[in-house]
Amino acid sequence: MADQPKTAEPARGGLSPRKRQQISRGIQYVVLVVALVAVALFADWGSLAQNFAKLDVARESLPELFTVALRNTIIYAVGGFVFSFVLGLLLALMRLSQVGPYRWIAIIYIEIFRGLPALLIFLMIVFMPLALSGFEVPGGTYGQGILGLGLIGAAYQAEVFRAGLQAVPKGQTEAARSLGMSATRAQITVVIPQAIRMVIPPTTNQFVALLKDSSLVFFLGVSGQYVELAKFGNDQASQHANATPILVAGITYLIVTIPLGYLASRLEGRKGRTR
Amino acid sequence: MTHAIELQDLHKRFGQNEVLKGIDLTVDPGQVVCVIGPSGSGKSTLLRCVNLLEQPTKGKVYVQGVELTDRDVDIDAVRRHIGMVFQQFNLFPHMTALQNVMIAQQRVLKRSKTDAEVIARENLDKVGVSDKCDSLPGQLSGGQQQRVAIARALAMNPDLMLFDEPTSALDPELVGDVLTVMRKLAEEGMTMLVVTHEMGFARQVADRVVFMDGGVVVEDGVPAQVIGDPQHERTRTFLHRVLHPEE
Repeated sequence: MADQPKTAEPARGGLSPRKRQQISRGIQYVVLVVALVAVALFADWGSLAQNFAKLDVARESLPELFTVALRNTIIYAVGGFVFSFVLGLLLALMRLSQVGPYRWIAIIYIEIFRGLPALLIFLMIVFMPLALSGFEVPGGTYGQGILGLGLIGAAYQAEVFRAGLQAVPKGQTEAARSLGMSATRAQITVVIPQAIRMVIPPTTNQFVALLKDSSLVFFLGVSGQYVELAKFGNDQASQHANATPILVAGITYLIVTIPLGYLASRLEGRKGRTR
Repeated sequence: MTHAIELQDLHKRFGQNEVLKGIDLTVDPGQVVCVIGPSGSGKSTLLRCVNLLEQPTKGKVYVQGVELTDRDVDIDAVRRHIGMVFQQFNLFPHMTALQNVMIAQQRVLKRSKTDAEVIARENLDKVGVSDKCDSLPGQLSGGQQQRVAIARALAMNPDLMLFDEPTSALDPELVGDVLTVMRKLAEEGMTMLVVTHEMGFARQVADRVVFMDGGVVVEDGVPAQVIGDPQHERTRTFLHRVLHPEE
């Protein structure tokens, strides 16, 4: 028995595993074809085209789609990203600090802003002037949008940075300290630059998330020159009583987000090779 | 005469584990002292206490007459004069070899970029890797990385050098290059405290060999005595294992 070559033993029902695999795959294809035929037959293509792909409506959103809406989306996203990058790094350093209260403050901040819905933060920014009379976020609508996105993004970015800082080997700090660098100098010269390099891929993903969240600026009640892609699509759709602008706005998001996603995964691959 | 290094009743404990159990050791200027012993004997911890990478639990550390264990000592200032070379090299991976050797000169000694670069190139040349100035550590062999690390320490003009198993992470054929550099340093009169498993190096280059086991110094003397004619059974057993690993 022991020296008998192990051949494919007949499986249940007398079918070989390979045969069963073929049948299973065949069934999957049949289900797919049936579903596609059903969609093709029952969908009201004329009405769909009228409502979601009306070319003259799409054309009317140009050039503002790019010159105003996309531009603003990028302003909110980049502004919020810079804000969250700086605050996130600060929070991560506090989170890893030797001083207890700094750690607690960072933990509380991170837990709150990761635990709350982004929409709620934006609503708070809208209602802040009620609580603090006379208070105004500098930069108007841009400032409010960037503040909201930055506050939320910082909580996530802080955790990204923390992982990066902790991933720098202890020997790096020891080498820097043994050369006479102070603890702060070693962090700035040796640890933080390496941590930032390591977190470039997750940070790119963070930026994509922030770019999508910039649609929440909608709830700040923006208008005119401040509208970003989602609000722009919504306004145009209402104006024409047609959903095409929403589709157009969606495609515009994807034009930016998909390449960034690919970039992030490529950077991830490169990191694996160099370290 | 002031000792280059003086350790008095040095103790170090990690939790329940007492790694150093009262070490007294001196190294005089210009001396090369090799510390040998089985793994876990506390040799690396001892070395790391000399520049206070580990804070001793008890006892005193003097370097050139300055008590480092005194809380008022500016440890960063003291460390500038103590070069350290690690088993894992610990080069900064985001900087080229040249930048690795320049950075502390600029940031710590406040040398100008031009001066730092001249000194860096001199030292890289001295350790035989001047052709690798613009390479990143990841592009260098272990032996080259370790020599860059030695150059990085030398560029600070240290008064003494600590070596923590500098060849233990190297492929066997690369060990010689690093030992040659260390031998050259010794000949130039550098004060060196070296934790090593290289018995040939210890025998030929060291002025003294210290055998440690179980957190204490078991034997301390000239190489011919400690390696050639050990007085303690523990030393003999260890040396026999190291020199005849197949038996």
